[in-house]
Amino acid sequence: MRLFFGSFFTLMVAAAIGLGATWLTLTRGIAFGSLTIGAWTAWPKSGSVDIDPYARATIARTGELPIGAGDGVAFYAHTDDTGNAFDGRCTYVVSGVTPAARYWTLTLYDAQGRLVANTIDRHGFTSAEILREAEGRFVINIGPRARSGNWLPSGGIEQFVMVWRLYDTPIGVASLTTKEGPMPAVVRKSCS
Amino acid sequence: MIRLSLWILGALLLGGIVHLSTVLAMPEAATQDAYSRLARISPVNAVVQLNAPSAQDATMPFMDPAFAVAVCRYDLSSGALKLRAPVSQAYTSVTFYTRNSVAYYAINDRAAGRRAIELDLMTPEQHAQMPEEEDVTAADRLIIESPTQSGLIVLRALAPEPGLMAMARRALAGAQCRIVPAPAQ
Repeated sequence: MRLFFGSFFTLMVAAAIGLGATWLTLTRGIAFGSLTIGAWTAWPKSGSVDIDPYARATIARTGELPIGAGDGVAFYAHTDDTGNAFDGRCTYVVSGVTPAARYWTLTLYDAQGRLVANTIDRHGFTSAEILREAEGRFVINIGPRARSGNWLPSGGIEQFVMVWRLYDTPIGVASLTTKEGPMPAVVRKSCS
Repeated sequence: MIRLSLWILGALLLGGIVHLSTVLAMPEAATQDAYSRLARISPVNAVVQLNAPSAQDATMPFMDPAFAVAVCRYDLSSGALKLRAPVSQAYTSVTFYTRNSVAYYAINDRAAGRRAIELDLMTPEQHAQMPEEEDVTAADRLIIESPTQSGLIVLRALAPEPGLMAMARRALAGAQCRIVPAPAQ
C-alpha cells in the first residue's frame, strides 16, 4: 500500500514539475546564447542550425519564423534601460546610434507578437525614413500621445515589445560581444 | 524520513525527464507552427505572397511590417527545386527553413551579387546523384542542401518607406520556384 501511494505521489509530482517547467520555459521564451546590449537582447543562434531545443520548442509553439543568420539579427526589448517593464501609458525615448547594418527596422508589438493598432497606421520605422540629427543620431518617441519628430504610437496597450532588426550586419553568431554596439538607449519619460 | 526524501528525489528526476522530453517533442507536436500556418494558404512548390501584417490579422507573429514577404513551401520528393528571385531596389533576402522552422541557410542580394538570386535546392541524396560533369559546369550555380524533404523558402523584400511597398511586392511577384523532375535512371 505504501509502495502504491509512494509511486502515485512520485508520478504526480514528476508530471507537475516536468510540465510546469516546460510551460514556464516556453512561455518566457528562454533560450541560450543570448547577446544583451543595454535593454536589447538577441539570440543570434536561433537563426541557424545551432538553435537550442528551448528556442526550437518556443518558435514551434508561437508559429514565428526566426530571422536567418545570413539575413540579419533581431534584438528584443521588454524593459527600459533601468529594467522596468514597458508600460503603455508612459512615453519612452529611444535615442543614439545603431551597430553597423545596411538597413534596420524598429517595430512595436504586443506581448503576443501582433502589431499595435493605432490611428495613423504606423507600426515602426526603417533606417531610411527616420529623421536624424547631426552625426546620424536619432530620437524616437514611443507613447500614446502624438509627438513631433519620430513618433511611434503605442496605442495605450498595457505591455509592448520593441524589436530592432538589423539587416546585412556583421553582428552575429561569430561575434558574441558588445563591442559592435552600442544599441540605442531606452529611457522612460512622463507617464500619464 | 529517508524513504520520503528518496520518493522526492525520484519525483524530481522523473520530472526532469518529463520536462526534457516535452521540450524535445514540441516541434513535432506543434499544430500552430509556421509550416502548418502556411500550409493552409500556400500550395506546394509555388511562390505565394503573404498579406501584409496588420494589428487585426497576421500570418505569423512578429512579422516585420516593412517587408513584402513571399513563401515557397517546398517538397523535394519528386525532384530538386529551382528558385529564382529578382532583387528589389532596396534589400532582398531569401531564407530557408526546415519543416520545423529551423533557419538553415540565408542569403541576401549583396551576397548573391547579381540582379536575381538563383539557387538549386536539393536533398543530400539528390546532390550525391547529380552527374559529376554537371557539378563542374555548375560551379557558378549555388546549390543548397535541404536537411529535410519539405520546408519553407521565405523571400523578403524591404520597402524602406511605406510608399515603396508596391515596388517591393512587384519585385517578389517575379519570383518563382519549380521542381526539376529527376532524370530517368
